[in-house]
Amino acid sequence: MEKLIEQLYAASQQISGFIYPNEVELQWSILIVIYPYITGLVAGAFILASLVKVFNVKALSPTYRLALLTALAFLIVAPMPLQFHLGHMERSYEIFLTPHLKSAMAVFGFVYMWYLMVVLLLEIWFDYRKDLVEMANREKGLKKLLYMALSLFSRDISPKAIAFDKKAAKIITIIGIPSAFLLHGYVGFIFGSIKANPWWSSVLIPVVFLFSAIVSGIALVLILYMVITMFRGKKLDMLCLDRLADFLLYAVIVDFSLEMLDFIHRLYQSEDSIHIISELIKTKLFISLIIVQILLGIIVPVGMIVLVKFFKYQDELRRLVYFVAALLIQMGIFGTRWNVVIGGQLFSKSFRGLTAYKMELLGMEGLFVALGFLVLPFIILYLVTRVFSPWEEGQEQSIS
Amino acid sequence: MKEKTKNNKLNRREVLKKLGKYLPSAGLLWIASSKLALPAEENGKKHNYGMGVYIKRCIGCGRCANACKEENNVPRDPFFYRTWIERYAVNMDGEVSVQSPNGGIDGFSPMEATRTLLKSFFVPKLCNHCDNPPCVQVCPVGATFKSPEGVILVDEKYCIGCRYCIQACPYGARYFHPEKKVADKCTFCYHRITKGLRPACVEVCPTNARVFGDLHTLSSPLLRFKRMNDIHVLKPDLNTEPKVYYANMDGVVR
Repeated sequence: MEKLIEQLYAASQQISGFIYPNEVELQWSILIVIYPYITGLVAGAFILASLVKVFNVKALSPTYRLALLTALAFLIVAPMPLQFHLGHMERSYEIFLTPHLKSAMAVFGFVYMWYLMVVLLLEIWFDYRKDLVEMANREKGLKKLLYMALSLFSRDISPKAIAFDKKAAKIITIIGIPSAFLLHGYVGFIFGSIKANPWWSSVLIPVVFLFSAIVSGIALVLILYMVITMFRGKKLDMLCLDRLADFLLYAVIVDFSLEMLDFIHRLYQSEDSIHIISELIKTKLFISLIIVQILLGIIVPVGMIVLVKFFKYQDELRRLVYFVAALLIQMGIFGTRWNVVIGGQLFSKSFRGLTAYKMELLGMEGLFVALGFLVLPFIILYLVTRVFSPWEEGQEQSIS
Repeated sequence: MKEKTKNNKLNRREVLKKLGKYLPSAGLLWIASSKLALPAEENGKKHNYGMGVYIKRCIGCGRCANACKEENNVPRDPFFYRTWIERYAVNMDGEVSVQSPNGGIDGFSPMEATRTLLKSFFVPKLCNHCDNPPCVQVCPVGATFKSPEGVILVDEKYCIGCRYCIQACPYGARYFHPEKKVADKCTFCYHRITKGLRPACVEVCPTNARVFGDLHTLSSPLLRFKRMNDIHVLKPDLNTEPKVYYANMDGVVR
């Protein structure tokens, strides 16, 4: 407690104007920034996978399984920062046992379970069942048992059974698209429905969250595809990469248009909170919003992608540009989450002053724990890909 | 012997007579007891507590905020308050400055007398015990709730500490208890009012700037306060229906 009080004294030095006395403590820290960021990556990666399965975008098929497994790895981590943030982690099961159904937050547990159990795990299972059965037949000992258990002891790999698997996976993907929309749109609603906070309270927030999720998911899979393929010494499928960059570009443009609509709407309506919000943007959010989110996260990468597409540069340069653009976009989306979660708490609800956030380095809500949660999904992804290969055999060429 | 037995036996006429006496009286007793019992049972339900604040009477002494911390074991550090006092200073050009050093507990330092100062006044703040409380709406487990007496409470043994309610309160009336790790806020001194006492802040106010009472009782001082004054509530546009009423409040107060 003493450490907290010390931090609060330090924070109170950085306050400008008047804030309500209870507002010195910033309630939602970096961990709550990580939560919508990771959830967004899940939804985005899944939507990308559905482009292959449901919308039949054949060019993207090299990334289909990778996208699904990425979604799974990140989904496993998604609720962890929330758990760590709770004052009483040991009581969190109450959300499942006695949910208060009028609360936007109460339903998250159910939406999450639905998405994990009904959508992702089931789809991955149907998608990999044939491989698992084959591996169980090939391996011996413990490994055989593991694969048999993972295939839920199913043995049938007749053409009829495989046709059924394919059909089931497709149906689940069709259910999965609205579920992914629900998952992340719902996270947006947690913020958008808070009428006390004019920075959050907007009907557009869930939609903006959704499109930024799609953007971040595609960018992440693009980065992963390039990095993993490089490490595997295989050749990148340039057609796939071009299509990924196309979809990334479309999603960024829609996302940016929605954000601009929200911005212009606020500016034009000019409600009583507009003064403090303008001050917030000009001072505390200038770097994270104007520079990181808009300039480096949207305008520069969009410009880069448009340029290489328009002038049809050679593969080498296109690859480099896509990679850098995807990294920038990823950073920009993290900026978006930061600006929503932290930005929404940097001004007083009296609209008369700005508060401050000083991130800890160590400690439960510190930078290192947050970085841990950002790295963990990649470790999980690595482990998952040891069992479930994201690449279909005979599909790729090695670099000769 | 035989005659005695005979006397002890009741004949039909006597039975009917007695029934005629006992049944109505039993019925009356039943009705009376149920009628008498009702108010006791419904006592809670019939109350709907609220508070009135005479802005012009508040002298910014901070005794209310201090008494609240004492009565409710609120941490003494200057970041946690169940109630606090704000001082507003309005300049001739319409510029407003607000202060609340240590929630006003130590009083306020004298203001510089400038020619541009139009007016200055104090506004005591606390949980508004809204009739349509956004904090109750968002609690994921129902740990914060409206009591039968219309008081918004937090069950500290049930709260999971997600802080969503603190975000949802438009008035900054909630804080995160640094030791209990749960949300905390004004309870109108629930432990006192359920014993017929007044909240600590009301009790200690030297100018009677705070009026506590029941909105369902015609003779309540709160209803008299509402009748006799022009009433305003904080942020009415948010439709939270606050039950802390301010008399003659200036429009600059948020």
